[in-house]
Amino acid sequence: MNYQVIRYMLGYICYFEAAFLTLPCFVGLIYGEYRVSMIYALVAAICVLLGAAFRFKRPKDKRMYTKEGLVTVALCWIVLSILGALPFCISGEIPYYVDALFETISGFTTTGSSILSDVEALSHASLFWRSFTHWVGGMGVLVFILAILPAQGGAFMNLMKAESPGPSVSKLVPRLRDTALFLYGIYMGMTLLELALLLIGKMPVFDAVTLTFGTAGTGGFAVRNSGLADYSVYQQAVITVFMIAFGVNFNSYFLLLRKRFKQAVKSEEVLTYLGIIAVSVLLITVNVRPLFPNLFQAFHHTFFQVGSIITTTGYSTQDFNLWPPLSRTILMVLVFIGACAGSTGGGIKVSRLIIMVKGIRKEIRTLLHPRSVYKVRMDGRAIEHEVVRSVNVYLAIYVLIFVGSLLIITLDEKDLVTNFTAVGVTLNNIGPGLGVVGPTGNFSSFSAVSKLVLCLDMLAGRLELFPILMLFVPSVWKRGKREKVRIEKTKAEKAKV
Amino acid sequence: MQIIIVGCGKVGSVLAEQLCREENNVTVLDVKSERVEHLVNELDIMGYIGSGISFDTLMEAGVKKADLLIAVTHSDELNLMCCLIARKAGNCQTIARVRNPEYNKEADFLKKELGLSMIINPELAAANEISRVLRLPSAIDVEVFAKGRLEILKFRVKAGSPLCNLSVQEMAAKVSGDILVCVVERSDTVTIPNGMFVLQEKDYVYVAGTPKSTAEFFKKIGIEANPVRNLMIVGGGKISYYLAQILLAAGTDVRIIEQDAASCDMLSQLIPEATIIHGNGTDKALLMEEGLDGMDAFASLTGIDEENIFLSLYVKTQSDIKTITKINRISFDEVIANLDLDTVIYPKDITAEYIIRYVRALGNSIGSNVETMHRIAGGKVEALEFIIRENAPVVNVPLMDLDLKDDILIACIQRDGKIILPRGNDSMQVGDTAVVITTRNGLRDIRDILGKRRVG
Repeated sequence: MNYQVIRYMLGYICYFEAAFLTLPCFVGLIYGEYRVSMIYALVAAICVLLGAAFRFKRPKDKRMYTKEGLVTVALCWIVLSILGALPFCISGEIPYYVDALFETISGFTTTGSSILSDVEALSHASLFWRSFTHWVGGMGVLVFILAILPAQGGAFMNLMKAESPGPSVSKLVPRLRDTALFLYGIYMGMTLLELALLLIGKMPVFDAVTLTFGTAGTGGFAVRNSGLADYSVYQQAVITVFMIAFGVNFNSYFLLLRKRFKQAVKSEEVLTYLGIIAVSVLLITVNVRPLFPNLFQAFHHTFFQVGSIITTTGYSTQDFNLWPPLSRTILMVLVFIGACAGSTGGGIKVSRLIIMVKGIRKEIRTLLHPRSVYKVRMDGRAIEHEVVRSVNVYLAIYVLIFVGSLLIITLDEKDLVTNFTAVGVTLNNIGPGLGVVGPTGNFSSFSAVSKLVLCLDMLAGRLELFPILMLFVPSVWKRGKREKVRIEKTKAEKAKV
Repeated sequence: MQIIIVGCGKVGSVLAEQLCREENNVTVLDVKSERVEHLVNELDIMGYIGSGISFDTLMEAGVKKADLLIAVTHSDELNLMCCLIARKAGNCQTIARVRNPEYNKEADFLKKELGLSMIINPELAAANEISRVLRLPSAIDVEVFAKGRLEILKFRVKAGSPLCNLSVQEMAAKVSGDILVCVVERSDTVTIPNGMFVLQEKDYVYVAGTPKSTAEFFKKIGIEANPVRNLMIVGGGKISYYLAQILLAAGTDVRIIEQDAASCDMLSQLIPEATIIHGNGTDKALLMEEGLDGMDAFASLTGIDEENIFLSLYVKTQSDIKTITKINRISFDEVIANLDLDTVIYPKDITAEYIIRYVRALGNSIGSNVETMHRIAGGKVEALEFIIRENAPVVNVPLMDLDLKDDILIACIQRDGKIILPRGNDSMQVGDTAVVITTRNGLRDIRDILGKRRVG
């Protein structure tokens, strides 16, 4: 384990956190919230100091293998959240640190689950910070760093692999840095487009900015207690379309930009994703029709809600807790499906689902024709057995984590629906669930232990389980033999001096 | 530059690594997924799994936007076909590896008709390399610059040599001032020495000079620069065939020992002037019988690396003749360098180097000024030949006033066909070429040798 290079990367993260924190500081100044602004500036200063401490010594050995990559990503996200929670706590807006941490992790992991019952009581700076964490977390912080830092070696591919959602990560262009730049370019472009469309629809600037951040990262923090119910139909429709757009695999956008339309349109994953949305919208619209005055209303709200859940955003215009059981069940199924791989959304991912279903078909075929040779194919290409296997393992771990978390938070003696959906929406980075944690409720009534468990679930869900899991494997933390020898040598040298 | 490499074997991997390090956008292509995955995990490059002769795969790999395609799969026909398709599908330069001697005769025809930019034959390249080394038996490696007017020679300081414990400055005064010590390789460290550097036994030293001055230098330090009159080769592969051809044409006597009767037959048909011996090269008695004693040089070119190493080591114990060892696969350069082998030839490195030299030259037209480029000391040091153009910041400035970066040495300046081994008062002029030795990678222009302060 190369601790030095991990420490060095953590230093970078602290610097970037400081840079991020200056934004809410400015927002506070604009709205005359000087005390809160000062707090954000203070925390930014702490981050800079910490970063300088981490980066005081340059690592001798800059090699980063898969192991280091995974651990670095997990630790970076944890450090990011721990520091990001400080302003909430220091300013007293979220008095308990565990609550502040929950809120921040919920932000960075683009979950959108909240412990706040009165959102409007927060300062503008804090509301902005909450939403901004969505935007940062959506594409990934380390991808951002890769885009900005000067050219890095191939080893840094491990970082991107660990942070990007999906069963297999492919570069768009040969250089890692160019790929990261491309991704952020697309991300930025779509964010600006949505912002412009919302402003044209006469949404107040602050709401437009924060909701755009929430949509782009498929996060889901709203800035009003009523969620998104108060906005106009046009504004809600714009957000619906963009939620779904941010849930599409970014590779498709890249192909569109490169004018490879045929390939972009033929993507099996995107087509399935859109298909699932269409079918769900159709079923739920019919199911909830009696609750609304006309068909358009029913369609509009259903479309919004389906888009919000499948992309794991978690905005709500309606309290779907009150919808009929069929609709609620469909929405809960969508919770687990999630968006496309390579998007900003969470969940199990449509591509994993496709591979899984095709894997099942393969197994059945093998039972019927024991000697048949059959490859799982996607987009007309055979998928390596390794990928199929890793998808299966992923699902197994997913279920285990789910069950484990469920058992722990059941100790709070809430009802099954609440507990089940609470774990479901945090592990899949959605936001609101059903029961106590429904669109109008929040997570504040859980105990501190449960909140920490849900925090880990959110991180595990965002980072695709393995990085967080790695932290709990003892052998990861062991030093190599050579490192031991080296450390003993330096100790001996010091003793001599 | 956008470069596509088809085939991720030994040469493909070396190429991908080096070209990627030189800031090119590299895409690799291979039918074997594990090879591609391995490379993509190691390097900052893009990989595709598929055949290089599939139009779709090539299009996906971006052949339309590529500047260069290098085909180095195991099959000649595949390489040629791949280049042909790439040439028609995109508008890129193409390099193919073609190793079949039958194609080699038609190399020029193929190159012209198929629109190839370069055909590289690894065995021929290796044979050329060996023949150059053989010209000066005691100088171990030879690199040629300025169209043959300047050479950089590598030799090992032996025990009892007058160079032992002599500083570079003293050496210039006592032995010869017409040559320049460029690089010293000691165990696994490589240094570009200054005047204070003291040479030691077992150092590998690289010296630059004109062919005449280096010959004199070697005479002075007691190494006779006799050309090789006869050579014994073990192993009758393609390299042996090409090498024998080259050496026979230069009047050297060649004796080839080969185990396989059919290969012997073929060789004797192709090169009747050579003495072909059917037998096992690892048979000590046979080596002696065939007159190892009387040979000037010995080359072990069998297909098995370990056998080659042991053969050369054995020959070294028997007599003090020059040995050449071919190593195809093993990558323990550090260990091999410590063995008592004179010249070690790595065909994959030679091939890769030839191609990289071409790529750099191609880069020239897009903005760099490298005329030729050699990698020496196991790839750790580069010797680059730059053309001095009009707006270069080094023109007319005495060298001692230039603020050079660390680890850079200006080995020579060529002006009007004359070689100048530069001293502090000399300066570069427009139209000169300068050879720069450096441990840095990726210098593209003469101005890259200067530090931040530019001209002092």
